[in-house]
Amino acid sequence: MAKVSQEERSLNLSRRDFLKSAAAVSAATAVGMSVPKEALAKASEAETGWRWDKAACRFCGTGCGVLVATKDDRVVAVKGDPKAPVNRGLNCIKGYFLAKIMYGEDRLTKPLLRVNEKGEFDKKGKFKPVSWQKAYEIMVKKFKEAYNELGPEGVAIFSSGQYTIMEGYAAAKLMKAGFRSNNIDPNARHCMASAVAAFIQTFGIDEPAGCYDDIELTDTFVLWGSNMAEMHPVLWARVIDRKLSNPDKVKLVVLSTFTHRSVDLADIPIIFKPNTDLAIQNYILHEIVYNHPEAIDWDFVKNYCTFATGYVDIGYGMRGNPEHPKYTEKEKQTMRKEVVKTISEDEAVALKYLNLKPGDKLKMKHRKQAGKHWVISFEEFKKALEPYTLDYVARVAKGDPDEPLEEFKKKLKALADLYIEKGREVVSFWTMGFNQHTRGTWVNEQNYAIHLLLGKHAQPGNGAFSLTGQPSACGTAREVGTFAHRLPADMVVFNPKHREISEKIWRVPKGTINPKVGANIVQIMRDLEDGKIKWAWVNVCNPWQDTANANHWIKAAREMDNFIVVSDSYPGISAKVADLILPAAMIYEKWGAYGNSERRTQHWKQQVTPPGEAMPDEWHLIEFSKFFKLKEVWKEWKLSDGTVLPNVLEEAKKMGYDPEMTLYDVLFSEEAFKKTIPNVDISWPQPVAYHPITKEKHLNTSAEGDKRGVKGVDGKEWKGYGFFIQKALWEEYRLFGLGHGHDLADFDTYHKVRGLRWPVVDGKETLWRFNAKYDPYARKYGKGKDFAFYGPALKKIPEGDLYGPKKGTKVDLTNRAKIFFRPYMEPPEMPDKEYPFWLATGRVLEHWHSGTMTMRVPELYRAMPQAFCYMHPEDAKKLGVKDNDLVWVESRRGKIKARVKTRGRNRPPRGLVFVPWFDERVYINKVTLDQRCPISKQTDYKKCAVKIYPA
Amino acid sequence: MSKEEKKGFLHYLYKHRFLMGRRLTQVSIMLLYIGGNIYGWNILKGNLSSSKLFDVIPLADPFAVLQMFFAGAIVAVDALIGAGIILLFYALIGGRAFCSWVCPMNMITDFANWLRVKTNIHREEWQLRITRKTRYLAIAMALTLSLILGMPAFEFVSPISILHRGLIFGMGLGWTMVLAIFLFDLFVIKNGWCGHVCPLGGFYSLVSKPSLIRVDYDYGKCTECMECVKICPESQVLHMVGKHSSLVSSGECINCGRCVEVCNDDAIYFSLRFLEKSKEAVSHEGK
Amino acid sequence: MSKGRKPPVNESRRKFLVRSMQAVGISILGGVVWGAFVKENTYDPLAIRPPGALPGDDFLKKCIKCGLCVEACANRPTVPYKNGKKMITLRLASPGDNKPLGTPYFIPRDVPCYMCEDIPCVVACPTGALEPDLVSSLVDGKKSLDINKARMGVAVIDHKNCIAFWGLQCDACYRACPLLDEAIYIVPSRNPRTGKHAFMVPQVDPDHCTGCGLCEHACVTEKAAIFVLPREVALGKAGKHYLKGWEEHQEINGYEPQEEKKEKGKSPESYLNSEDLLNE
Repeated sequence: MAKVSQEERSLNLSRRDFLKSAAAVSAATAVGMSVPKEALAKASEAETGWRWDKAACRFCGTGCGVLVATKDDRVVAVKGDPKAPVNRGLNCIKGYFLAKIMYGEDRLTKPLLRVNEKGEFDKKGKFKPVSWQKAYEIMVKKFKEAYNELGPEGVAIFSSGQYTIMEGYAAAKLMKAGFRSNNIDPNARHCMASAVAAFIQTFGIDEPAGCYDDIELTDTFVLWGSNMAEMHPVLWARVIDRKLSNPDKVKLVVLSTFTHRSVDLADIPIIFKPNTDLAIQNYILHEIVYNHPEAIDWDFVKNYCTFATGYVDIGYGMRGNPEHPKYTEKEKQTMRKEVVKTISEDEAVALKYLNLKPGDKLKMKHRKQAGKHWVISFEEFKKALEPYTLDYVARVAKGDPDEPLEEFKKKLKALADLYIEKGREVVSFWTMGFNQHTRGTWVNEQNYAIHLLLGKHAQPGNGAFSLTGQPSACGTAREVGTFAHRLPADMVVFNPKHREISEKIWRVPKGTINPKVGANIVQIMRDLEDGKIKWAWVNVCNPWQDTANANHWIKAAREMDNFIVVSDSYPGISAKVADLILPAAMIYEKWGAYGNSERRTQHWKQQVTPPGEAMPDEWHLIEFSKFFKLKEVWKEWKLSDGTVLPNVLEEAKKMGYDPEMTLYDVLFSEEAFKKTIPNVDISWPQPVAYHPITKEKHLNTSAEGDKRGVKGVDGKEWKGYGFFIQKALWEEYRLFGLGHGHDLADFDTYHKVRGLRWPVVDGKETLWRFNAKYDPYARKYGKGKDFAFYGPALKKIPEGDLYGPKKGTKVDLTNRAKIFFRPYMEPPEMPDKEYPFWLATGRVLEHWHSGTMTMRVPELYRAMPQAFCYMHPEDAKKLGVKDNDLVWVESRRGKIKARVKTRGRNRPPRGLVFVPWFDERVYINKVTLDQRCPISKQTDYKKCAVKIYPA
Repeated sequence: MSKEEKKGFLHYLYKHRFLMGRRLTQVSIMLLYIGGNIYGWNILKGNLSSSKLFDVIPLADPFAVLQMFFAGAIVAVDALIGAGIILLFYALIGGRAFCSWVCPMNMITDFANWLRVKTNIHREEWQLRITRKTRYLAIAMALTLSLILGMPAFEFVSPISILHRGLIFGMGLGWTMVLAIFLFDLFVIKNGWCGHVCPLGGFYSLVSKPSLIRVDYDYGKCTECMECVKICPESQVLHMVGKHSSLVSSGECINCGRCVEVCNDDAIYFSLRFLEKSKEAVSHEGK
Repeated sequence: MSKGRKPPVNESRRKFLVRSMQAVGISILGGVVWGAFVKENTYDPLAIRPPGALPGDDFLKKCIKCGLCVEACANRPTVPYKNGKKMITLRLASPGDNKPLGTPYFIPRDVPCYMCEDIPCVVACPTGALEPDLVSSLVDGKKSLDINKARMGVAVIDHKNCIAFWGLQCDACYRACPLLDEAIYIVPSRNPRTGKHAFMVPQVDPDHCTGCGLCEHACVTEKAAIFVLPREVALGKAGKHYLKGWEEHQEINGYEPQEEKKEKGKSPESYLNSEDLLNE
């Protein structure tokens, strides 16, 4: 009884108390006071012999903490970590089955190579098990063929937001410092790129200002294109809990193109037409600027912000050559809009400020400068917003044809009022609805514009917050920078200063890093199709299932002269189209770390031995580096655009490297790390390698080998690198962020705490960035001011008007964020007579991404055995189909069969269908369009036109 | 030699023409039902209790419907029509042909009988004797129990249904019941189940008395070898053999045609009821 | 001696009598065994029947065990497959299934009822054991099939083992429910242990639950924590002597006075005269 009342009391904590306690907790955790001993030691009778250890969940970007129990070298159970601040011991059903994901029947346990009857590699052959030695022999041979023929641009790595941070770092280092190739791009491109681009353009630095604590502090949740109930269930529970704590005050608004679980619980559910979120946000801005100018926080705006805009004729991220010979006439109908688009009636209203009229042909002149932007005045900003009246926006945006227009208008007005209301705290959340958008960067920026204009950002309970999809899209893909244009800690390859910093830390010769942005993930596919890339390696992702317009990429993989390697734990579609498959260890079979949506970094230790001959991805990557001598990679290269990568061997010799040394010697050997991080103990084992309670030494397959004695790539038994490779990678990676607002704690600290939100300065994590009260960097740069948007990127831009920048001007925007004006525009493909339906794709709670793990958990499989085509009952009736009937879903690009669902969790309005993509038998990405945000290069999976007919 | 063999084979076929016809019919019906379930063929769906012919014509087991009536159920028109069609067919045309041409249990019991003869188990002194009238008692019991329990009583125990349903929908432990009948017929009573106990057989015996298709016996041609009586599973219906020419008038005759096949004298053959009189007169005069 | 002298007529009469008594004996013995078997075999209060099935014994009375419903279920175009094998909802009870022999039933945990809009099983039934009227509603004055009217059973939740009641974010049953938010709805409540993660627990509304079992099938716990039971088993009955005053329409089915069963010897006098309070 007493316990309950205490807990009840804790619910009634006042807001101030809450903030205080949050700060105290964050400090306490950072200095390692809260060692999770009791939680680890508590073991019931039945659990005798189980060893519990903390880890992070494998799945989404929420970043739930879990405790993993092992016995006899097997994960036997999982529980939510009651001490984890994110989830306090709870999980969703995917987390509930964490213990089972590693034990599917068809785990890949041996390298598999396509061979002919004689056992030689043959692109048309069948997969047969081979040794690691043979696998690497052919893999290296094929790499060298492509590399020597096409240079660093001829090879590529599909990287991932599901690597461990150390693995992503190793991959980036190998590609950028070793092979001098920027053709490494993660599946996070499909997931977070628009958020990243908007963060960089608006704030000059990646990742959100706020954190999950905002949930308990805010009064208003606005979900834009986010089905949190299914995609971030544990955070959703927190949102609902906050709602219940004060049901009258706390409001929940959900905007979506169809009704889903989150919409069901909204106070104001808004169903809008695809792409018109751009118009709705402009309506809110219009409402603020024209009808509630008193709501503008001029103090905030004048001190910390500026107004900006950019070009509109930037295309849609499709192929620049719409007459590409490998595409059909049907496909070209859409592809031609990449070059020129006819302005529609609706668009003409929005683009009036550029003097565009209906029927005008808008030539896409600034495709290559899509990200370019410049400062404008508030008056220009206001002028541009003029057309977005309630009447116009409601007419354009209403998504449910059956909803009365007046009803819809009321909702839009109510939404604007919530944002505007003085003193009301507002958090906007979004996920793929914003990010997977033909104008993904814009729509992110518009949201910041609303928050910044109202001065409701970077404060407890106030802010725009992008939720990540993947467990380490932030931690690995973004922070490490496994992107075609990035280096660690927000640096970019085209910035000579950044290259220099990186080369210094990596101790590679000046000029080693390729300055030319590499191929992003869709570009890698297109280059495979065009024969420009002939060797590709898939790491911890399934790009052939998750890249839009998949028919082309399947052909590219199977019919072109190239070599595709897939490192994976289970066979998926990517493995099926590959030439070589390497068995990979899964999450708790290796040491690792993930970084979640709220900048929280969480580490775990290796709990069990991988099965068969599976090895950690870091081992796959590092072993590969052993096959390349410096003289093979650091010589002169001529790139396709004429750029010359200089021969840096002479420089290398001066640094004490011998051209006969391998990349392993220079990038990943103990000697190399002893030079880059001389003051860190990277010996194995060391105190952190031991379990805090049982004092057992944890496994470390990479560092010391394991009981299996796997025959490695040299044909000899694998005995380990002999040092603490994961710690070495971590500590070296850390150097990039220290002192630049990206500070991470040292390796050992993370093994004592439940994750920390960076920047971690003086042992303290940071909850609200840019706010001098909470962020030491804001204090440092702001020099006494309350806020400082100190991100350094894109802070010197020209000035101009709505038409374009004035030549030769440059404005210094240090410590300022940008309030962007971005107009409403239509997507390149909209429903018409022949293809009358919108198609949106997405996820479901039960399955993670392409389903390779969760579809193998029998319980999850049973709970959601197949992907349905969710459809409005009236549409089904018109098509003459009933629930569970098979239909064809066909676009200009491809078709698939799916069963119709007219009732249940997702309920589209008339004219739209929703098909989840987890089910490889319902291969919906054969249908989707590879249209992208031209700035972020992220694919829009949320809209294209399809027809549907009974199968 | 080959010619003779061939002739012998043809002769064998001729001598078993009805047997083979019956097996063919029984198996085909079975296959049609199974196909109806597994592949959705629209020829015969359901099972012998009730089915749909060509997806239109309802068929139903009249005895089952009678039990349901006794159980107090008002059965839907479909089932009533179906039962009527079946009842009229056997009563007016086919006789008790259900038992020998349709019922799958017939194959089991025939096999038991054949084995019984082959292995010499069949000896008079080893026979347990019960009256063939038992089946009428079983009918009475089935109907009484249906009335008392408010359930179609025989339908919950009928080995015919268990076997038939089992073949179509999955047997479960139903094979034990079938085995029991087989062993009963093999060791306990010759033609024990079909000829003595089965109330469904009894039902058809009662209703099919007026049927058109009948076995006819010509005393004039008979050499009194008694092969027909020996082979007949309901031998009491051939009481006239060796005595006088007559139609087999008993409803208990299952129209299996074994007697016709074994007769080497053309003294016994299938006939139609209205052809009977003139022939009988002739044969009588002849003797 | 005297027995030996009995006349032959008597002998045959006696034989007849004995025979008759034998027949009666066998009949009674057989009847009792047979009847008991039927009684036992048909007693299965837990069987989940196809949509439109008449209640309890009425169904068993009418079901002719032809399996036409099972075939209709198996051969509908919407039948799902698992690893290339049909997932057929309805089964015909065979010996060993411990269900009334030959009658159709389903086990939702294995294969639930997918609630076909055209209800092929009911359409196929020749006897009316599956009664179309029970799964029909009036649309524009015309009677048409309405699977939502089916009452195959009702879902029941084991609050102890349902992980949503632990605070986990599951709701697999809720999302699987074809009548989501009607038959299963989510009741959110605060979680005092964590202080910030709402419980989102499923609840079943028996007024809408059809008993299709899609929830039971989807349930992720080792043994389903939500499961379908026949309505007679799972639901209570409040009686008609008290009505909800706040629900007007209820009175249509108002109180019908029933003859109360009188206990023997219960009269005012028997109480008044029973004991002498003074003598105690």
